Amino acid sequence: MLVLLPAAAIAWKYVVAGTPEIAPNYSISQHWWGMLLDIDKCIGCGNCVRACATENNVPEGYFRTWVERYHIEDYHQETPQVDSPNGGKNGFPQSTAVGGKNFFVPKMCNHCAASPCTQVCPVGATFESPDGVVLVDGTYCVGCRYCIQACPYGCRFLHPTKHTAEKCTLCYHRITKGLTTACCESCPTGARQLADLKNPADPIHEFLKTHSVQVLKPYMATGAKAYYHDLDGSVR
Amino acid sequence: MLVVFLLVRAHFVPKSFGQYGHYRGDALAELASKPILFAGHQSCEDCHADVLEVKKTGKHAGVNCEACHGALAAHAADPASVVPQLPDTAVLCARCHEENIGKPKAFPQVVSKDHSGGALCKNCHVPHSPLLQPGDKKS
Repeated sequence: MLVLLPAAAIAWKYVVAGTPEIAPNYSISQHWWGMLLDIDKCIGCGNCVRACATENNVPEGYFRTWVERYHIEDYHQETPQVDSPNGGKNGFPQSTAVGGKNFFVPKMCNHCAASPCTQVCPVGATFESPDGVVLVDGTYCVGCRYCIQACPYGCRFLHPTKHTAEKCTLCYHRITKGLTTACCESCPTGARQLADLKNPADPIHEFLKTHSVQVLKPYMATGAKAYYHDLDGSVR
Repeated sequence: MLVVFLLVRAHFVPKSFGQYGHYRGDALAELASKPILFAGHQSCEDCHADVLEVKKTGKHAGVNCEACHGALAAHAADPASVVPQLPDTAVLCARCHEENIGKPKAFPQVVSKDHSGGALCKNCHVPHSPLLQPGDKKS
């Protein structure tokens, strides 16, 4: 009997289903998207936050992706100090903290394979696409905010003028045309890498084989597909 | 009664609902059809091969053009009419290279006030290839 991890099992379901194409030259059943985020490489420049806001017309003060700076004093692993001024959009001022452990953590929708946000939507406005992206149908969303409450990663917000739920689309309009996401395109250090988990030629497979990766809140069994390299245990 | 229900259902439920799952299938195509603002490095490299030649030997070889120059799909679509502005290196370089406790220790960082005394980075460094070469005055 074939036993698959939750994400792989869902991917397999769509492979078997062989769903039709939605755009020329893009076969929706041939992809299963995720993201690799390398803590070792993030420099907190805020390029990703600005690029996301530009590409997706994200309203000021709201974020589809953001960057957090962690400072962990010695022996205070469970109580990290976290700051993210304006989501890290304009970078980070030098900290007055001395010593300890310090690093940046880019955050975004984890595009969970078993996402809590889609499970609570009462109208079928938010869903997991056959190629593994969690999306919102703005014309169907009634703005009830259930999904915002359900997301364990705080990745959703209610658009201030449209009054519908908004979140990272993994730049669906770009990846279906063979481009990478705006955040990956603008990341100067390669800290973010779009990953197609169904493409055997994608470098993600070699990376996953040779590096240790972790997802956020693994105990919630969301099937998160934002894979973090060198993630500290204090990150929530 | 059943006929009325089916008629009302057919009227209110979009045709593509259930195409892929419990949602409107057309939403995928609608989301995929949004306009693109970042052209992607391949677009830039098609026309600016000379810059690519300079970049590929330097420390910024892996930095995509729009990481510094911003979203330029409009320029790629109409290079003659849409001319991008040169970025301000005083702001741009500091975003990545100003010293910060959160940055990886191996990443090149300076305190710009001490490093250059307020002089513009591009006075000494070539932004497209800032690799320091022995004997180079401007690198």
